[in-house]
Amino acid sequence: MGGEPGTTLRRGRQDAAGLPGPAGEMSDDGAGGLGTPALEVRGLGLTIGGARILADVDLRVAPGELVGVIGPNGAGKTTLFNLISGIHRPTAGQVLLDGDDVTRTAVAARSRVGLGRTFQTSSLFPRLSVVENVRLATQRRRGGSLSVLSFPRRGDAASTEAVEHLVTVGLVHRSEVAAGDLSHGDKRKLEIAVLLAMGSSVVLLDEPMAGLGTADVPGLVRVIRDIKASGRTVMMVEHHMDVVLGLADRVAVMHHGELLICDTPDKVMADETVQTAYLGDLA
Amino acid sequence: MSTLILLLVTGVGLGGLYFLVASGLSLIYGLMGILNFAHGSFLTLGAFAGLAAASAVGQDTWGGLALGLVVGAVTGAAAAAVTELGLIRPLYERHIEQVLVTVGLALASVALFEGIWGPNPRTVRRTEWLTRTTEFLGARIPNTAFLNILAAALVLGVIVAFLKYTRYGLIIRAGVENRAMVTALGIDVRTAFTLVFAVGGAAAGLGGVLATQSLNYVSPHMGASLLIFAFIVTVIGGMGSLPGAAVASVVVAVLQQLANYFLANTGDFIVVLLLALVLLVRPSGLMGRRAA
Repeated sequence: MGGEPGTTLRRGRQDAAGLPGPAGEMSDDGAGGLGTPALEVRGLGLTIGGARILADVDLRVAPGELVGVIGPNGAGKTTLFNLISGIHRPTAGQVLLDGDDVTRTAVAARSRVGLGRTFQTSSLFPRLSVVENVRLATQRRRGGSLSVLSFPRRGDAASTEAVEHLVTVGLVHRSEVAAGDLSHGDKRKLEIAVLLAMGSSVVLLDEPMAGLGTADVPGLVRVIRDIKASGRTVMMVEHHMDVVLGLADRVAVMHHGELLICDTPDKVMADETVQTAYLGDLA
Repeated sequence: MSTLILLLVTGVGLGGLYFLVASGLSLIYGLMGILNFAHGSFLTLGAFAGLAAASAVGQDTWGGLALGLVVGAVTGAAAAAVTELGLIRPLYERHIEQVLVTVGLALASVALFEGIWGPNPRTVRRTEWLTRTTEFLGARIPNTAFLNILAAALVLGVIVAFLKYTRYGLIIRAGVENRAMVTALGIDVRTAFTLVFAVGGAAAGLGGVLATQSLNYVSPHMGASLLIFAFIVTVIGGMGSLPGAAVASVVVAVLQQLANYFLANTGDFIVVLLLALVLLVRPSGLMGRRAA
């Protein structure tokens, strides 16, 4: 079964019994036997009509850890996110949040217990203003949305908090603009502000840099670094290798629906299997 | 000139009735993706209940009319909420089944209304002012047209304010744009579904009572008759767009009036032609979301 964070996770070519991680890196991160992982998947798999989409993925992510997920197109990265966030139900395995089994829990309920995600395509409400997009999340978390005839005021707690999250991602000056009118980079920042507003302790970012201009990348990297610095747990699917290697504590490599390896960026980049997978010899 | 003014104002008044039905249809489709064929039943039930309440005070009194409008709206809202909770919610995310249920309910409810109140139209009594006309720019306009315009404008204002300024309004607007994402935010949209059904049912019930004042009768079939044009209005305006429904209501009704007068009663035909034209040229409707 799966190894611990900080240990090398390999499928089919190592014991995977949970070897201790490199000293001082991830072995005592709370998930390595000393505490409960913020996010854990056990033997996760998805088979549709006989076709194996994802097979037997084991992964443990410690609280506050940032795990980058890489792999060729079609490797199963987004499928993994869909199973973790509850958009698809796995045909095998379990998903645990803070040790609680949420495998059969609906998307909305997972979100309420602290799991948030962005999507490859924009997941905003384009006709709502920027601040309304964030306010929707803050009012949900504060419970005010249950009051049918409750009238939000500009300065109420949910609105104030929404503005604070916009300050965090650097979008407060565009609060009243329709979300659909934002640039691609600003939309990505707004999605992250929404995640922060949801109070998500575990954040799944699906290709946050996709479609961004070169000039926008550093700003978004800074926002993601701030999310990690705030103590949140982050999993990030990303094709920009320099971004992944610069941000991630560990890097998980997917290939043909399997998790090849999950280890520190240096070790992953030096791994022969990974190099072979990217060169296509495993295809 | 006075004839044109008459046709325009009565057209806008008829558009008001269409809007009262179409607003609910549009919101329900926009948020839930359901074509609600039972919406006309809410209108008919609201009309009968409203008139029954008005009779207690006097159908031809202002008090009776006011009471009838309130009871019609409440009855429509209650019927719609019960429909959503009892028939639609158990079929959540099964859109075909949901639509079939509304079709079945529409057919069954008309049969039920016929069984209770008989199949024939019943004449209603109105306040004296509503039986008269008022001169406007040289044309003698039936006062019912003004009542319809006023009611539709008020309902439009109330719904827009509700959507813009309330917490649930924000959820509904977001849900109309991307229901899956609202769910992903951890918001249980099912309450919003019931709310939208109830708001739509209230508007339809109100429209039912107002229709009895314009038509001077109440009938088990009046809901179905208005529903056809409300569907056309909803499609032309853009499914899910409240402003679109408002604009399309007026356009459709005025065009209908003009064609009926100037083109030998071809109003219904012209409206269907307009529907076909919009679907060909702009399938998303006048103010609907364009397909990605």
